[in-house]
Amino acid sequence: MTLTAQLPALQVVLPMLTAPLVAFLRLPQLSWLATTVASATAFGIAVLLTQAVLGTGTLDYAMGGWPAPYGIALAIDEFGALLLLIVTGASTIALLAGKASLDQQIESARQPLFYAGWLLALAGLSGIVMTGDAFNIFVFMEISSLAAYMLVAGGPDRRALTAVFKYLIMGTVGATFYLIGIGLVYMMTGTLNLADMEARIAEVADLKPILVAAGFITIGLALKAAVFPLHAWLPNAYTFAPHAVTVFLAACSTKVSLYVLLRFDFFVFQGNLERHDVQFAGFLLPLALLAILVGSLAAVFERNLKRLLAYSSIAQIGYILLGASCVSLLGLTAGIVHMFNHALAKGALFLAVACIGVRLSRLWVDDLAGLARQMPWTLAAFVAGGLSLIGIPGTAGFISKWYLISAALEQGLTGVLTIVVIVVSSLLAVVYIWRIVEVAYFGSRDAQSPPVSEAPLSLLLPTWFIVIANVYFGLVPALPVDLASAAARSLLGHLL
Amino acid sequence: MQLLGLYNYWVFVVLLMIGFYAVIAKSNLIKKLIGLSIFQAAVFLLYISMDKVEGGTAPIIQAGVPDQIYSNPLPQVLILTAIVVGISTMALGLAIVVRIKEAYGTIEEHEAAAMDSEA
Amino acid sequence: MTGNWQILAAVLLPLLGAIGIAATGTRPNLRETVTLATAGALTLIVWSLLPAVLAGGRPTAELFRPLADLPIAFEVEPLGMLFAALASLLWIVNSVYSIGYMRGNQEKHQTRFYVCFAIALSAAMGIAFAGNLLTLFLFYEVLTLSTYPLVAHKGDAATVRQARVYIGILLATSIGLLLPAILWIYNATGTLQFTSGGILAGHIDGPALGLLLFLCVFGVGKAAVMPVHRWLPAAMVAPTPVSALLHAVAVVKAGVFTITKLIIYVFGIDYLFAEPSAGWLIYAAAFTVLAASIVALRQTNLKRLLAYSTIGQLSYVVLAAAILKPLAEVGAAVHIVAHAFGKITLFFAAGAIYTACKKTEIDQLRGIGRRMPWTMAAFTIGALSMVGVPPTAGFVSKWFILAGAFQSDNFVAIFTIILSTALNAAYFLPIVFRAWFREENVAPPSNHGEAPWPAVLALTITAFLTLAFFVGNQPVLDLELQLVRPQP
Repeated sequence: MTLTAQLPALQVVLPMLTAPLVAFLRLPQLSWLATTVASATAFGIAVLLTQAVLGTGTLDYAMGGWPAPYGIALAIDEFGALLLLIVTGASTIALLAGKASLDQQIESARQPLFYAGWLLALAGLSGIVMTGDAFNIFVFMEISSLAAYMLVAGGPDRRALTAVFKYLIMGTVGATFYLIGIGLVYMMTGTLNLADMEARIAEVADLKPILVAAGFITIGLALKAAVFPLHAWLPNAYTFAPHAVTVFLAACSTKVSLYVLLRFDFFVFQGNLERHDVQFAGFLLPLALLAILVGSLAAVFERNLKRLLAYSSIAQIGYILLGASCVSLLGLTAGIVHMFNHALAKGALFLAVACIGVRLSRLWVDDLAGLARQMPWTLAAFVAGGLSLIGIPGTAGFISKWYLISAALEQGLTGVLTIVVIVVSSLLAVVYIWRIVEVAYFGSRDAQSPPVSEAPLSLLLPTWFIVIANVYFGLVPALPVDLASAAARSLLGHLL
Repeated sequence: MQLLGLYNYWVFVVLLMIGFYAVIAKSNLIKKLIGLSIFQAAVFLLYISMDKVEGGTAPIIQAGVPDQIYSNPLPQVLILTAIVVGISTMALGLAIVVRIKEAYGTIEEHEAAAMDSEA
Repeated sequence: MTGNWQILAAVLLPLLGAIGIAATGTRPNLRETVTLATAGALTLIVWSLLPAVLAGGRPTAELFRPLADLPIAFEVEPLGMLFAALASLLWIVNSVYSIGYMRGNQEKHQTRFYVCFAIALSAAMGIAFAGNLLTLFLFYEVLTLSTYPLVAHKGDAATVRQARVYIGILLATSIGLLLPAILWIYNATGTLQFTSGGILAGHIDGPALGLLLFLCVFGVGKAAVMPVHRWLPAAMVAPTPVSALLHAVAVVKAGVFTITKLIIYVFGIDYLFAEPSAGWLIYAAAFTVLAASIVALRQTNLKRLLAYSTIGQLSYVVLAAAILKPLAEVGAAVHIVAHAFGKITLFFAAGAIYTACKKTEIDQLRGIGRRMPWTMAAFTIGALSMVGVPPTAGFVSKWFILAGAFQSDNFVAIFTIILSTALNAAYFLPIVFRAWFREENVAPPSNHGEAPWPAVLALTITAFLTLAFFVGNQPVLDLELQLVRPQP
């Protein structure tokens, strides 16, 4: 077997094995370098895997040579490939950009352990996306979550600790719910392999336990994905985490949980449970609409910059779910494309926040007054990310909005309501982004406050890289759209 | 007697709810973690009890003893993993409580929240 | 990136110019040279497209393909050609004027001003040449965003508040109404390509068509049909060259251009004419014309008066388009040009007065004609054009709109035009009369004369264009009559 054939395994193994090495490196600079190299390599592998998936379709890999369903199988399809790109890309950019910011926020003695945690989170998130085994998903989910708790707790403010405790409790409850669901399905089918599970549920005589399992799994994952109203852990966790960690987690952690949620509800349960599509849409569509409205409204009234963006993330998760709960090809495509595009937009915004965070210690909206004069490039990046979030044409966000509204138009009367909600929340996004723009560009800075300079180049370059990616994928969105529509087609297999 | 016959599930449900109650209702962070632990233990019991095959014995293949009925070993293996995950979560949770105690001087959730809202 | 190079150059050149302006920001003379050179080159390029279009050609170009069958693509047709030719020409004049105004008033952030101006022009070119609705929407939003810093130029609290109204209304209407309308059209017809005769026939009909028209007309907030006109008076906080850009060169023109283009190339004139539920548009336009004129009567601030006058004049274009008769469509296109020449002259004059003596109120203008004869002569010509008196540009367009209205015996339109002419005369002529024939009532701060020469030069040119258009309008008519003549 050539090395290329082993790429799926390497994707997880590489960061996981680098983690203990990094932990033992006593030099913070070196541990950062090793982590970044490992993460960048993982991104390279993800790109190669995506190419392979685009070329030949789903990649199957039997761990240790044990064939499925007995062994643990890795299976990467278009959906997984897209998520892998998001996860590894977000991690790499956050590391590249976050150096200056992390050096400020994490004391150097703790840095090697911090970076080891980072790699474990990366390994866990990649693992969830790739594995074809339900229990394996649980293990990877807990690896990534435990690592994420640790990363968030690294924040300099003591409120990071209470935030992370809440995150830990709710995350563990979510994971345990998922575990119960898996147990019930295993009791009825005797298998843990997702593909096998899907086939064997058809043979189960009494579907009630499966329905209960679907409920547990959906709720558990919704908790992990911060679906309204189970989002309580998210705002403070994002707010008080170190800036670079916020970039990483905001771009991918909730999306990975949504990915698992969609795989279960569409791929595993959809074909077997009668009218599961109606159950799914009936349950999640109202939640998605509420998430969009409540998240956007909360962002409008929020004065803390990072928490404002965190509330906006809750609304954006609503968009993804909204697309999925249309239960149509266009809707799922919209939701999955939005996973990618939101990662780009929010990544750019949080990177810009990290740039500001290097220069300012307090990150309330009022503190940005007049900052555009001192940090023109940073604020320009923030505006660009904001425009993408609003969905101005020419940015990645517009592509998602386009597909979402197209999907809603297919839905008849509920579609009109959906469009109204999308439009209202886009306008709310204009309000909360523009509030910041006005303060930063036309506010005047306190005379007493010390002058600040533009963020260091090491931070600005990756930030602008993502900003340009926002524009690029707004004008040439073929890659995410193709992957997403292929993913949507395979998820909807039973209904098409 | 179907309902009573499935008593292992009743134990699971009752334990689960006791744990969940503690997680939600208790303000003391340690008590919350204890609740979480009970919550997880309930799920462990669910897995362990489901693998029991009536009349089955420990799944150890012995030479010369053919055609035994064995209990299903897989859930036990799974739950061993889950127990490890649970222990790690608990360790991390306790560590965070220690840091909260250092930073706030209390392990009561509402007291810590009150201190932050003053600041 | 494929197709006709002049189209691509017209869209991209102002962007390059913007980069050049930003790069030379520290040396004002060089920076202004870059602006003028870009404007000149752009005009040459745009006007070089004219012969081909006059001959019936429809050059095309494509930039990107964001969505499978929806490229960012351009196609030059008569209406867009006219708008682009107008905007590029007026950019030169406006740049000359800006130099005089910005230096005369020692404005800050001049580099930002010229950069945003160039980006706005690029967007205007994109709107003019857009080959489909998606392209048009893209550049429409770019225009909104790039003019925001211009409107908020002064940067004090009051200005920022007014600029918020500006961006808020324009973004809210475009995202809230126009975008769903575009998607609706795409969903129903499977295309967004601008096509002669429209694309909606057979796809959307009945009251739904009236609703779609509603979404489009009010979604294009830049056309300022009441009640989405509030942004225009709000944007008066901007420096005068920006007001000229907004009112004459790019922004509002982009609005009425978009509506006219939608009616001709998406809805289809004949299809819309046959649909009774679309009939409300003419009443909305007529109401806006009359209401804006009445509000203008009560204004005491010169720029606000001009703003309400613009709202009324814009709805002339919408009204003309809504008559849904060929000659009226020509009238709509011609009125875009005629109003542009007249209104830019009026704004230049208002700005020149402000630069020379800081006067902004109407009752301060008595006797000012004697101090600033060139400026007030130009103002008079502009005002006459607004009223529609020969020999000015305004007369030509009114002629065609009335001709179109008589084609369909549309008495609502005829009545509105006559009444509003009287109202226009009622609020413009007193100003002209007082400026020439009354004694000064407020002593000026200094014994001032005319504004700096670039400003005077610019307003003289535009006043001349206003007069020249009365006699030399044949090329424009030739171009626009193609709209109504079926293409081979």
